[in-house]
Amino acid sequence: VRSSMTEREERRFAEVPRESIKLMAESTGVELSEEVATLLAEDVCYRLREATQNSSQFMRHAKRRKLSVEDFNRALRWSNTETVCGYGAQDALPFRPLKEGELFFVEDREINLVELALATNIPKGCAETMVRVHVSYLDGKGNLEPQGTVPTAVQSLSEDLLKYYQQITRAILGEDPHLMKVALLDLQSNSKIAALLPYFVYVISGVKSVSHDLDQLNRLLHMVKSLVQNPYLYLGSYVRSLVSSVMYCILEPLAASINPLNDHWTLRDYAALLLSHIFWTHGDLVSGLYHQILLSLQKVLSDPVRPLCSHYGAVVGLHALGWKAVERVLYPHLPAYWANLQAVLDDYSVSNAQVKADGHKVYGAILVAVERLLKMKALSLTLAAEGGCAGLPGTATGAVGFRENSLGLSPPPEPLSEPPLGIASHLQAGGAGCPWEEWTPVSLPAMYCELYSFFGDSLAVRFSTGPPLGGATPPGPCQPLEGRKEPASSAPNLENTRKMPQLTASMNISPRRDGSPRMEPQPPSLAATVPGRSLARSSSSSSSVSRSRSSSSRPGRSTSQSRDIFPKARFPLPQAGPPAFSFIIGGRQMGRRCQGRRFQTSFTPTPPHTTLPPRAYAHKLPVIGRVSKPVRRWTCSHYSLHLPL
Amino acid sequence: MAAVQDGPMELDAEKEAKPEILSDGTSNLSGNTASGTLSSSPLTAAPAGGAPKMEDQQTLIAVLQFLKRNKLSESVEILRREAGLGEHQEGSQATDGSGGGKGDGDGGDANSLLSRVSITSAAAPQSMPVKKDQPDVSVVLSAYSQQGDPPLYQVYYSGLKNFIESVLDCHRAELSQLFYPLFVHMYLELVYNNHETEAKAFFDKFSGDQECYYQDDLHILCGLTKKEHLKGNEVLLDFRTSRFVLHISRDSYQLLKRHLQERHNNQIWNIIQEHLYIDIFDGMPRSKSQIDSMSGSLAGEAKREVNKAKVFYGLLKEPEIEVPLDDEDDEAENEEGKPKKKKTKKDSLGSKSKKQDPNAPQQNRIPLPELKDSDKLDKIMYMKESTKRIRLGPENLPSICFYTFLNAFQGLTAVDFTDDSSLLAGGFADSTVRVWSVTPKKLRKVKSAGELNVIEKESDDVLERIMDEKTASESKILHGHSGPVYGVSFSPDRNYLLSSSEDGTVRLWSLQTFTCLVGYKGHNYPVWDTHFSPFGYYFVSGGHDRVARLWATDHYQPLRIFAGHLADVTCTRFHPNSNYVATGSTDRTVRLWDVLNANCVRILTGHKGPIHSLAFSPNGKFLASGSTDGRVLLWDIGHGLMIGELKGHTDTIYALKFSRDGEILASGSMDNTVRLWDSMKAFDEVETDDFTATTGHIHLPDNSQELLLGMYHSKSTPVTHLHFTRRNLLLAAGAYNSQ
Repeated sequence: VRSSMTEREERRFAEVPRESIKLMAESTGVELSEEVATLLAEDVCYRLREATQNSSQFMRHAKRRKLSVEDFNRALRWSNTETVCGYGAQDALPFRPLKEGELFFVEDREINLVELALATNIPKGCAETMVRVHVSYLDGKGNLEPQGTVPTAVQSLSEDLLKYYQQITRAILGEDPHLMKVALLDLQSNSKIAALLPYFVYVISGVKSVSHDLDQLNRLLHMVKSLVQNPYLYLGSYVRSLVSSVMYCILEPLAASINPLNDHWTLRDYAALLLSHIFWTHGDLVSGLYHQILLSLQKVLSDPVRPLCSHYGAVVGLHALGWKAVERVLYPHLPAYWANLQAVLDDYSVSNAQVKADGHKVYGAILVAVERLLKMKALSLTLAAEGGCAGLPGTATGAVGFRENSLGLSPPPEPLSEPPLGIASHLQAGGAGCPWEEWTPVSLPAMYCELYSFFGDSLAVRFSTGPPLGGATPPGPCQPLEGRKEPASSAPNLENTRKMPQLTASMNISPRRDGSPRMEPQPPSLAATVPGRSLARSSSSSSSVSRSRSSSSRPGRSTSQSRDIFPKARFPLPQAGPPAFSFIIGGRQMGRRCQGRRFQTSFTPTPPHTTLPPRAYAHKLPVIGRVSKPVRRWTCSHYSLHLPL
Repeated sequence: MAAVQDGPMELDAEKEAKPEILSDGTSNLSGNTASGTLSSSPLTAAPAGGAPKMEDQQTLIAVLQFLKRNKLSESVEILRREAGLGEHQEGSQATDGSGGGKGDGDGGDANSLLSRVSITSAAAPQSMPVKKDQPDVSVVLSAYSQQGDPPLYQVYYSGLKNFIESVLDCHRAELSQLFYPLFVHMYLELVYNNHETEAKAFFDKFSGDQECYYQDDLHILCGLTKKEHLKGNEVLLDFRTSRFVLHISRDSYQLLKRHLQERHNNQIWNIIQEHLYIDIFDGMPRSKSQIDSMSGSLAGEAKREVNKAKVFYGLLKEPEIEVPLDDEDDEAENEEGKPKKKKTKKDSLGSKSKKQDPNAPQQNRIPLPELKDSDKLDKIMYMKESTKRIRLGPENLPSICFYTFLNAFQGLTAVDFTDDSSLLAGGFADSTVRVWSVTPKKLRKVKSAGELNVIEKESDDVLERIMDEKTASESKILHGHSGPVYGVSFSPDRNYLLSSSEDGTVRLWSLQTFTCLVGYKGHNYPVWDTHFSPFGYYFVSGGHDRVARLWATDHYQPLRIFAGHLADVTCTRFHPNSNYVATGSTDRTVRLWDVLNANCVRILTGHKGPIHSLAFSPNGKFLASGSTDGRVLLWDIGHGLMIGELKGHTDTIYALKFSRDGEILASGSMDNTVRLWDSMKAFDEVETDDFTATTGHIHLPDNSQELLLGMYHSKSTPVTHLHFTRRNLLLAAGAYNSQ
């Protein structure tokens, strides 16, 4: 019956052959002549077609796309024809061929009515028809964002899963830290929660609504971590959603950061680490993800309107993505950014204090990033030179260590040469017009020169100071470095060229010097570039000049005096002078507590020196130091940077 | 379907019966139960009486026609009286094809034919309109009788085809309109005269040339190969009972006439004369796109004079309602600024209502029910709500709430919201109607009579006391129909609910007791849609019997029958001023009917598929219609012209709704999307003065993409209904389809 409808394309309709008519007639005991059978067959065809055409309007008015047996029966009934009973099934009956002979038939099994009627296992009544309402689109804008993060479908979750979901979310977002830990652990290892993934992702996307609550943000990030680490979950395209939530925590000027007492910096660090982890472990799930992340980080970094905490996020984000990312995005952008940052740092007005403190955070973050960049670049060059160094994997994995201990995340492996996904390939796939398309590698010496012009001594210090700070107390015990430390205390010499007040450090300097560079620039050339650069900078940045002029109007303010502003550390000298340093910036809070606000967190992350064999390290790096500088005076000194307000 | 076998008789009978109802109805609307019976009686009587003395009547009618044509009106009267022939019989017999066999003396004589050609063609523009529904006597006697050599039909047709293809471009588009009706009539003639093989060959050769929007009809036609099948086929009846209307410019028409006369192509000419109505206009021939935008309906375009009648599309004056006590209540609660605002609002409303819209009908043109106290309260609520209304526009789109029917098992067939968006009703294929409360307020029944007696009638909260708290629930199920419910509509006062069903009835339900109050029987065939008047009391229904009926809730028979559609009436809507009713049909036309006299005042053609949704703009000036072809067409009611075409949907449009201020048109479709259109822009871009002077052929800009403001997907949920709340939040409803 239905086939007569479907063959419309050919404008031919299914036909009931004469033979069938005769057969049917015979089965009821009537003998038909050929002629009568032919006429009857044609008429039957026509009537069937007519009924089918008529039945389609019942389908249309029932607002369905599928013609049902019911529709056909209605059409028959309204044309005073007996309806066909017994075909009320919702689904089409199978139309099957018979193996022997070319016979096709509708499989219509007989049903034992008695059995059916007396059956005791009556199926539970079908679910009640109900109406559910939800706001689909707010102000007509809902569909601008791609759907998919929110499970809009009516999805059947089993009771248990639903309960699990509720318990877990309640535990994680609740007050009890112990419960949270248990929940996170389970989330990390449960193999049966795939169906809940969209729901968790949805919960996590709620970061945007709790940006005032650092605690909640932290919990959500921990949830991300657990999901990412769960080996049974295939994140698929949800990676994108997770990444966007994490990026939100890294980059957005969170409401929580309005209050300077809130340590949103740690949150950003953690989120950045998480980002790198997601990327290194799941980055292959979404093509072009790395590229997108870099782009958005770069966008934030180059947007001067963004608050400093966003810039900080961008920097730590780049740092977390590996030194290549730093090299390609942060480094080329540094000269432009520097002017802005310096403006902030040079403004000593009281009203600027908070901003300035933030500026120092950014400064520190950049410093950390570029230092690792230099270090890794040097290392990669060495390895390339040595050719297939056996120790490569070991050294490589250890290279990135950014507060990983405190997070309990396994450090994402960062190979020296190319990441497993091939950052370069990602970049190349980025297509024309991408900003770093025309990026050309800068040689290490040139890079160092440039960076040095920005950071001066602090860079060198950082460079050669390996071990991270152990604990919360600034001058914690550290292992002494074996390698030679280059003297970084050329500060006095450079003081007039450098506008930046130096963040400081306590250090242990060994007077030993040796290891002339193998592939590093010669000191003379370095010496030649440094002044030139500094000169160019000081002359070019007229704003900084004017600023210094304005500051000089105040009594006792001059660049040469700035050193006085940073008096000697008030901390007791650490014993044996381990190379530890701490920055203390006096802020407004200082009045209440006698100690300045200390934010060493962002400054600590230097790769643990254990991961870098000191030998290789020592061979390459000392070069960078300024050999000729008089350093003795500053040995074993402990400076703290105390910003005057 | 069998129902329509007697179609033409029935329809014409009803047409004729109309004036009788109306003369009665205009004087006193409420007292015309008698006219109702009058109108419905021919339905059953006519076919029975027609058969036996058919032959005598044929001759008599022919003579009558002859006398009429020669303006011998007195003789006509006398003859009619003596023969006992009713006007309606004459009409219906005239078009009935069963008399076709007797057209002997007509076919062959070329001379008489030619002379008739010259006469009628000269007289055509003037005389045709006068006797529109009265076919020429020769037509009656010769309908589909043998008129030429069957094998030559292909030659005739291809001759004309060659001619049309060779004429100038500007004429070609216009004359190409002839192809389809000629093709159909020639094919049917062949079938009628038992030339099955020739008919098949003819169909195969030329069916491919027809416009794509006639495909559906062609599919039906191609199944027809036997004379016996012609009887009772709807499509065919439409072709025989109505003339296919074409608009052709005078120049093109002259060209055609000259050609046919030169070639002595009588066959074609006969068909044109007998089955086509050529509406000739002076002026530039129309372009292909202009023609395409207007054609597509079952019987061609509308005759121009059909749409000339004046339509009072303006809104009625709002009744003046004092907003006294209530304001003070608010004043107590609210800060000072608010009541002030309200007062100014009230003033402006008052001043507006004093000015009578020149296009509005007289206030009492249609008797309307008086406002009850509760209605007044509701009006006040409405005014309050409308002050909080969000002003929509291209930059300010509405939020959309979707009411998803779950576990409906593909059974949801109709949805309606109350005007205040507090109740939701769904009609289902399982014959039930379900009502949900959308607000937290639960649905309660009134207590039984026994319990009501106990209640103290004087108490203040008597209205609360009569409700039975035990029956409170979120939804109620109404059982009563014996077939799928295809249409539901709430009364404006939220006391009643209407439902129309496949069982041929419209039922009125009480939302106080949740029981059925009345079953309105009259359609006898599936009733596809029903709609309450915006003032309550009246309602309209339309169904498979091709008529729409106007009812009043307290009359068990219809007050008016709107007959004229050539196929099922699929959707019905009341005009905001309650004086008009719009109907959409499977014949792919929209018609507007005057409630006062049941006249058809507008025929709107241009849809290429059955129309399934209609919506009036809140100011009453415009009408939007949506069809199975996925297009929404916009119409100017005053001028009866198409003013916009909104393309974009990929499936049948089942829901259309204007925002409360008319700035935005929302359309919902089977393709699981809601689309929002900039109706303001669509209406503004048409300068209405432009087409009053000219022939009324406007060129539609193809700007659907500019007018589309937004497209919103649902998750496998076809959109069955759309509703704007009083604050302009858009509510959409549909059943989730898990497949």
